[in-house]
Amino acid sequence: MTRIGLTLVTLCVVVSGAVSAGETWDAFWKDMTPDVHGYYEARAGYRLQNDLYEKDMSLMEARTQIDLQSLPQWGTITVKGDAYGDGVTERGEFDLREANVLITPQDFLDIKVGRQILTWGKGDLLFINDMFPKDWQSFFIGRDTEYLKAPSDAVKFGVFSDAANLEVVYTPQFDPDRYITGERLSYWNGVQQQVAGLNAVTITKEPEGWFQEDEVAARLYQSFGGYEAALYGYWGYWKSPGGYNAVRTRGLFPSLDVYGASLEGPMAKGIFTAEIGYYDSKEDRNGTNGLVNNSEMRYLVGYKQELARDFTAGVQYYVEHMLDHQEYLAGLGAGNKAKDEFRHLVSLRLTRLLMNQNMTCSLFTYYSPTDEDAYFRPNIRLKLNDRTAVEVGGNVFVGQADHTFFGQFEDNSNAYTSVRYSF
Amino acid sequence: MKSLYTFVIVGLCLSAGVVLAQDASKPDVQEIVKKANLVAYYQADDGKAKVTMTITPKQGPKRIREFNILRKDVADGGDQNYYVYFLNPPDVRKMVYLVLKHVDKDRDDDRWLYMPAIDRVNRVAAGDKRTSFVGSDFLYEDVSGRGLDEDQHELTGTTDTQYIVKNTPKAPDSVEFSYFTVAIDKTNYVPMKMEFFDKANKLYRTIESTEVKDVGGFVTVLKSVVKDLRTGSQTEMEFSNVQYNVGLGDIFQERYLKRAPAEARR
Repeated sequence: MTRIGLTLVTLCVVVSGAVSAGETWDAFWKDMTPDVHGYYEARAGYRLQNDLYEKDMSLMEARTQIDLQSLPQWGTITVKGDAYGDGVTERGEFDLREANVLITPQDFLDIKVGRQILTWGKGDLLFINDMFPKDWQSFFIGRDTEYLKAPSDAVKFGVFSDAANLEVVYTPQFDPDRYITGERLSYWNGVQQQVAGLNAVTITKEPEGWFQEDEVAARLYQSFGGYEAALYGYWGYWKSPGGYNAVRTRGLFPSLDVYGASLEGPMAKGIFTAEIGYYDSKEDRNGTNGLVNNSEMRYLVGYKQELARDFTAGVQYYVEHMLDHQEYLAGLGAGNKAKDEFRHLVSLRLTRLLMNQNMTCSLFTYYSPTDEDAYFRPNIRLKLNDRTAVEVGGNVFVGQADHTFFGQFEDNSNAYTSVRYSF
Repeated sequence: MKSLYTFVIVGLCLSAGVVLAQDASKPDVQEIVKKANLVAYYQADDGKAKVTMTITPKQGPKRIREFNILRKDVADGGDQNYYVYFLNPPDVRKMVYLVLKHVDKDRDDDRWLYMPAIDRVNRVAAGDKRTSFVGSDFLYEDVSGRGLDEDQHELTGTTDTQYIVKNTPKAPDSVEFSYFTVAIDKTNYVPMKMEFFDKANKLYRTIESTEVKDVGGFVTVLKSVVKDLRTGSQTEMEFSNVQYNVGLGDIFQERYLKRAPAEARR
């Protein structure tokens, strides 16, 4: 019912906006015929080794994305959805990625209501202040990188001025990540203290109703002389299970507030970025509850530069600092694998364009010297013509231990290929 | 700024126009350059056009790039802002490329690329300006203009209709040519043909204005063709729906990457 309510509210806003502007209904419906675009895609991937708990086939799908956009005088309407047959789960799926209306009721104000993809922050495939939902499963099994961003059902307000710009996103019902459940990827199960998969699919607490568990995210930013500075705030929940109910054996999403800042600008021959965030895990502020994530500090610095014609490199250094680590160790069950106080991570992105920019070869590498693990994302994409592209790539995980961030996914290492026809 | 449509040509003009050498027996090169620059680049306050690039390689399929380009001058003869909204091919549709061009030699252009599928605004590292623009035979520098200070300019000849200017790079190692010549129309100062010569002084690349028209009182190059004589590839660039003095607001910022203004989409 609340969904219908929100839709009605949206419609009312839109309609009243149009009517108050003195537009006739004819004008209101003018240019409503949508542009139709999208693509067909077939994509298949296999594990490069046996996995005790998962199928050899990591990815097998035929997908159609339809992207509709109408541009009436009073705003923009976008509806975008994917229908696909999933050969691994043997299910047919529909993933509505966008269904939103964007209006500008005042010169200084943009409002976007509905299902939308949201992104901010300065990290490249590393996120500190971007607390919008991620689809880690799609990312690791080899779907297009765009699917790392999962949609939010939200209202975004943008207030723009010469002094500063403010964006506020209100999500009435908590949108968690599409996290690793064990259904498609084997993972480190903290309860069993071993790698698990289909034998121990994560179960989490049922979501609350609308307005019961909501999220607010805000960004204040300004540019000056080629530099951009931003402040961020988030008031919500851990997006992937960050707590555990031992009695009901359910994963939980404990309360989390995040405060952060970022800076980006030219340096030497490239672009420098820095981002910082304080993760305030409000349900375990002193770190003594072993079943709820501790608070953290997260830091990132990055630099990217074109090294040669059509060849760019980007490097990032990222640190997660678990606060109250002593308390965490004390609260940890006897014999359980412990996380380090500091997780250091280096990333390197190399991108080379060839054949008149019709072929893109890229390699994104994460390496953690403290976790002693790494994750490689090689990809080659060739545009055969303006509409058809083929791709081969991989997701390769290596690690010394089974419980580290990337090490736990070692048996999920996979290679994939795809062909896509865009229209 | 009819030059919007002619922005490529404009760039050429600019480079060509900056003729520093002066000779009492020849026309005042500085004056030619100045006029060419004003005519080609800084005439109106802003402009917009739809651009269709047809890339015809020696082998393989033709490729089409379509985008709307909006330009606004920060200062006459100075910095400029470009907003490029891609229409085709489908995989780049709705992407926006934003360039804040700085004429100051010590300052790189600021560039951003907006990727609609993930709603991300990506700062793009300054690149080699002699890199292909969207996979065509045009280079970034052809599109946004080559810095006037980068070459020594010399008026090497005049015909009944054209001035011929030779441009020799001050930093030869930074470019793949040893020099290029530009033929500039005497009456309207439009660069009609550019010829690039490699390190062995052999002609390897040409850019020609194949259709020039008056659009609302501004002389405009509607069609130009670049030919790469070494690869046998060529790209035709066609401007349509050309408008000047559109009255563009300050659309050259993140807000309008995420919400493309109507002027950019239509």
